[in-house]
Amino acid sequence: MPRTTIELRIRRQDTPTAPPRWEEFSLPWQPNMNVISCLMEVRKRPVTRQGAPTTPVVWDCSCLEEVCGACTMLVNGVPRQSCAALVDRLPEGPITLEPLTKFPVVRDLVVDRQPMFDALARVKAWIPIDGTHDLGPGPRMPEPERERAYVFSRCMTCGCCMEACPQYNERSDFIGPAPIAQVRLFNAHPTGAMNARERLEAIMGRGGLEDCGNAQNCVEVCPKQIPLTEAFGELGRQTARLWFLRMLGR
Amino acid sequence: MAPPRISVVGGGLAGLMSAIKIAEAGLAVDLFSIVPVKRSHSVCAQGGINGAVNVKGENDSPEIHFVDTVKGGDFLAHQPPVKAMCHAAPGIIYLLDRMGVMFNRTAEGLLDFRRFGGTLHHRTAFAGATTGQQMLYALDEQVRRHEAEGRVRKYEGWEFLGTVRDDAGGCVGHVSLDLRTMRPSAFRADAVLVCTGGPGLMFGRTTNSAINSGSAAAALYREGAWYANGEFIQVHPTAIPGADKLRLLSEAARGEGGRIWVPRRKGDTRDPRQIPEAERWYFLEEKYPHYGNLVPRDVASREIHDVCVNRGLGLDGGMMVYLDVTHVPAAQLDRKLGGILETYEKFVGDDPRKVPMRIFPAVHYSMGGLWVDYAPAADGMLEAVSPRNQATNVPGLYAAGEVDYQYHGANRLGANSLLSCLYGGIIAGPATVAWAASRKAAAADLPAAPFEAAEKRWADRFAELARRDGPENPYALAEDLGSWMLDHVTIVRSNEALRRTDAHLLELRERWGRASVLDRSTWSNQTLAFLNQLENMLELARVVVLGALARDESRGSHYKPEFPKRDDERWLRTTVATWTPAGPSLRYDPVDTSLLRPVERKYD
Repeated sequence: MPRTTIELRIRRQDTPTAPPRWEEFSLPWQPNMNVISCLMEVRKRPVTRQGAPTTPVVWDCSCLEEVCGACTMLVNGVPRQSCAALVDRLPEGPITLEPLTKFPVVRDLVVDRQPMFDALARVKAWIPIDGTHDLGPGPRMPEPERERAYVFSRCMTCGCCMEACPQYNERSDFIGPAPIAQVRLFNAHPTGAMNARERLEAIMGRGGLEDCGNAQNCVEVCPKQIPLTEAFGELGRQTARLWFLRMLGR
Repeated sequence: MAPPRISVVGGGLAGLMSAIKIAEAGLAVDLFSIVPVKRSHSVCAQGGINGAVNVKGENDSPEIHFVDTVKGGDFLAHQPPVKAMCHAAPGIIYLLDRMGVMFNRTAEGLLDFRRFGGTLHHRTAFAGATTGQQMLYALDEQVRRHEAEGRVRKYEGWEFLGTVRDDAGGCVGHVSLDLRTMRPSAFRADAVLVCTGGPGLMFGRTTNSAINSGSAAAALYREGAWYANGEFIQVHPTAIPGADKLRLLSEAARGEGGRIWVPRRKGDTRDPRQIPEAERWYFLEEKYPHYGNLVPRDVASREIHDVCVNRGLGLDGGMMVYLDVTHVPAAQLDRKLGGILETYEKFVGDDPRKVPMRIFPAVHYSMGGLWVDYAPAADGMLEAVSPRNQATNVPGLYAAGEVDYQYHGANRLGANSLLSCLYGGIIAGPATVAWAASRKAAAADLPAAPFEAAEKRWADRFAELARRDGPENPYALAEDLGSWMLDHVTIVRSNEALRRTDAHLLELRERWGRASVLDRSTWSNQTLAFLNQLENMLELARVVVLGALARDESRGSHYKPEFPKRDDERWLRTTVATWTPAGPSLRYDPVDTSLLRPVERKYD
């Protein structure tokens, strides 16, 4: 039975330190709606279900086709991109929207995911090229290997895996699943492999790979089905080998 | 003299590429972006990037790429920059490959190439169907490396508002808005390079990202920067509908064999799988036996419009046709088109491997943009390093990427936009470095007065906007703008409708004056920022509409049935709009056609 009206429950917060509050909205159903278009309707008429005028809801979005990662939030308690949350495929009843909980709230549904970008710097998630001047073609790569690596390069730093990970929280130093998987990506590249050790060292020790509790929540929520735990397994073997080499003084 | 600093505004492909070039030259870069740069609109580019590497042994060459591009743009682009870009293309693809972009490979482990619109060659390198995303990430990673090493400083969550000028009118910095504190701040810069993308939002729902307001370009236009060929707006033939945006379905689907068709019989409501071959009309293949489904986008969109609107053969009587890839083996589809098939599946619900996709045209790209210069070289191409390259008419102000007008003439070929963003960035970076080196005084050493004055002007302006309490809702006004632009300024244009649209824009401009800010908060107030953007969108929309009204011919994406032919005599000219209080003033500059004589553009 399709909806005729859409009920939204939104957890709002005016500033990073303000107390959160809930607001409810009711709007008419239209074809092809997603959570974003609901929020767009609300801002055209920012009045709560109870008839009280309010401010437009503040949220992040950009590409609206699930490739930029910006609009990630909790939709009915599940971390996902709100652009891909199609109203007709959500269960009946009110749709609940909340900001991610593992990152500081900026305002309403907007959070600060800078720690994820900082983590990419920490694991040196880049190919250290000599420069952008003309140095001819890049290294050859077997297509099957490229195909496996491509899966990891689709990570959009959206934060779903971080949100779902029980080990990633304010009491722990764990760097989180997304940046660790990037080590897998760069270490598999023919040029990136030359600096594999640097990246492995960045995820060895405190806050690194060993802090993964193997809950496997991350793979469950990844919108791009990135085989995160598979990567952790591979990296576990690589770091063990490096640890052994170190023991041998190499 | 203080060491020079360059401000790059915009963190998509063009902005990141130029930031890397400037950092490599040893100058400090301040990089401004409204979103974390990794979330820029470049992620939406799907199909690939063109470069005549000739991997398939088809005797392709940069020269043929050049001819295809100029012809694809209906001869409106200046030819030396296009030629230089096409010759640089193979090197640019190699560079991206070295940076780790996971381009698809051949059996030998070489870069694979596929076909795209407006060419008969396999010239498009691709990473699945998320090439723009993959390229943006590679550049983002390189910039992060420069950032970690202290050469780039990022300001993410900042919106460009306007330039700061010296006494002579030169650009010596800019004022940008911190989107959290909502406070404008002035920044000194020895050159400002804007790479802020296209103005799609003025058309409401498009294939563009929600951030593509065109506000920065419009602000610069209002400050005296020239805006060129604004009337040339590309409508992509294949998108899927949504209530928030129209999602692109890459031309790559046709590059990999996808076929466009409608049932031959009007009102045929059968399941497409039940419609026999003989009762399907593959109208592009029939009308254009040579290029078939891979005619350029303006041609394809016009044909779809004709079939759906004039002949009434659109699906469900609407502006919709089938894009069919069901005959292509599923494994090949997954490997080469995975990303877009997933998008279709996710947002529409059908499996395109089994059921023909239902698609329709959507506003996609602006060929027009800020006017920029170039430094011609003796070989018919450009000087690699010159302060003239990508320079606007405002000294010290540069532009690159979709925000400029340089490379695509009256219509852009698919997979040339990623190329023009990269190429523009590659020459714009060194151009700003050369400009900075030629300055007598560093921006850091200039008196504080103009910076303080500009900052105060913008602070006052935002304080005033923050008090707005009228009856109009700014988002409703934007929707109104979008529906008018979409109805009257896209595939088919008429002077009568364009005149009415301009009158409506003036009315919207007036209603904007009565719009409410809706939100009194001084923290992370998106509506306040949008009020400012909306005024800019309304100003720039007039450039598009009046440019289209004036141009009494049909060329590339600009089609007027009243004037169905291209008219080189009168209109082989660049439209250049200059802001005046009474609206845009248009002048017409000659086009550099020194390398290739304009001929009739045919694809059949």
